[in-house]
Amino acid sequence: MDATSPQIETGTPEQPERPRRTYWQRNENWLLGTLSMLVFLALWEGAVRGGLVNPLFTSSPSRIVAAAIEMFADESFYGHLEVSAEEFFSGFGLAIVVGVPLGILMGWYSRVNAILEPFVSALYATPRIALLPLVVIWFGIGIASKVAIVFLGAIFPILVNTITGVRTIDADFIKVARSFGATDRQMFLTVVLPSAVPMLLTGLRLGLSHALVGIVVGEMYGATQGLGYLIAVAGARFQTDRVMVGIILIAGLGVALTELLRAIERRFERWRPIRRG
Amino acid sequence: MDSARPAKLDVRAVTLVHYNERTQQALRVLDGIDLQVGEGELVSIVGPSGCGKTTFLNAVDGLVRVTSGVIRLDGRVVDRPGPDRAFVFQHDSLFPWRTVTQNVGYGLELQGRLGKAEIRERAQRLIELVGLKGFEQHYPHELSGGMRQRVNIARALVVEPELLLLDEPFAALDAQTREFMQAELMKILARAKATALFITHQISEAIFLSNRIVVFSARPARIKDIVAVDLPAARTLDMKHSPEFVALEQRIWRLIEEEAARTGMVTAA
Repeated sequence: MDATSPQIETGTPEQPERPRRTYWQRNENWLLGTLSMLVFLALWEGAVRGGLVNPLFTSSPSRIVAAAIEMFADESFYGHLEVSAEEFFSGFGLAIVVGVPLGILMGWYSRVNAILEPFVSALYATPRIALLPLVVIWFGIGIASKVAIVFLGAIFPILVNTITGVRTIDADFIKVARSFGATDRQMFLTVVLPSAVPMLLTGLRLGLSHALVGIVVGEMYGATQGLGYLIAVAGARFQTDRVMVGIILIAGLGVALTELLRAIERRFERWRPIRRG
Repeated sequence: MDSARPAKLDVRAVTLVHYNERTQQALRVLDGIDLQVGEGELVSIVGPSGCGKTTFLNAVDGLVRVTSGVIRLDGRVVDRPGPDRAFVFQHDSLFPWRTVTQNVGYGLELQGRLGKAEIRERAQRLIELVGLKGFEQHYPHELSGGMRQRVNIARALVVEPELLLLDEPFAALDAQTREFMQAELMKILARAKATALFITHQISEAIFLSNRIVVFSARPARIKDIVAVDLPAARTLDMKHSPEFVALEQRIWRLIEEEAARTGMVTAA
């Protein structure tokens, strides 16, 4: 380089020294959350033991643990768990496999969108639960009807968000790809899909909660197996402890799967500027 | 242009009419453009704002179709984007989810004729050429505006285009960085032995970077004049203060001013 062009912005990037932080500083959010949860559980247990509330209505942490131990010891419980898991993963998986490609096509090709849009809008606006009687007539009270209801619940958020993701792609990126002579397939893989990832993951997260609603309601309406069925039966018998165990299990499943999606999101979003707040 | 050299880019009687669906009006953007660019030549296009410079560059890249006339590159008619041309866009438009190396290798990746290792190697060569060694694994948001524009130029050069098209590549940079980048681009183009067509709003930038300057008229764009730049090939930033440079600047400015006055953009004194 000669003197007329000072290298004002190039050079080797420096490795900054990692600042040292205490254990509390590194884990503050997590520790505060755990603490507030423990305080809540203690107050709950105390209120029941002190006779302030009737455990028939509220149960209590210790009763729930006892009920859970009893339920986990029973072989048949795992059959229910398995059925619910199968319904969830089949229905949600099918919703992803159908929803993402369809969303990309509808977002990209205005003709495909014009053809399918009326159906999507009508079904999206209908509470999918209202279709339950129809779905049971078509698929019976076995697993198939629950897979269908989970699918119907999950596909629309996935579809609608994928469409939005594709529609909001920066026009400059498309121009760059076209200028380099990208084929349709290359355009999808190198521009459309990566641009749509944030919206797509939002769709998956929303779809996930709809899918969980689908299992529970589906199993309550007409079923002989599953977590929703267990909750419904226990509720009808005023077994509040067992109802609570079922609710906690479903909530736990929801949290675990949401965390899994977050992890996937972080993997795909490494390139984003880090925001701290 | 040296008449002994055959024209690399040959633009003949190119007219482009844009039809606006909403207002249902036809707008003549380009009106009979004739231009020849020789091998290794750096030609810039200046003209009043909105005169159709970018549209012309898009037409040469094959992103838009001309209404009549013909554009040839090395004798082949241009009707769609091709690997013989590469475009450097005004906004760097780097893919934010790709690292510097992945961004630079993009064009080669699409062509699919080279293996991963080879693409990496070529990207690396270009990254070094534009002075970004050490930043291969950085993402665009971790770079400054000037650095991103270097990546943008490297991404276009990596496909070894016969013709490089640059649409105001430095418009988004601050004045200082812009000056340095002009000197850098000059060297990069010389090292890559590129033939380039360049749009700018800044007259001194046009003079500094080119062998010839094409002045477009106000819309519909016609070629108002072509000014040869008789300055030494090896240019330095201090040349911008030389009397020859300033005289050229004034001459081109008057040409543009005439056009601006014609459209009422500038009122006569």
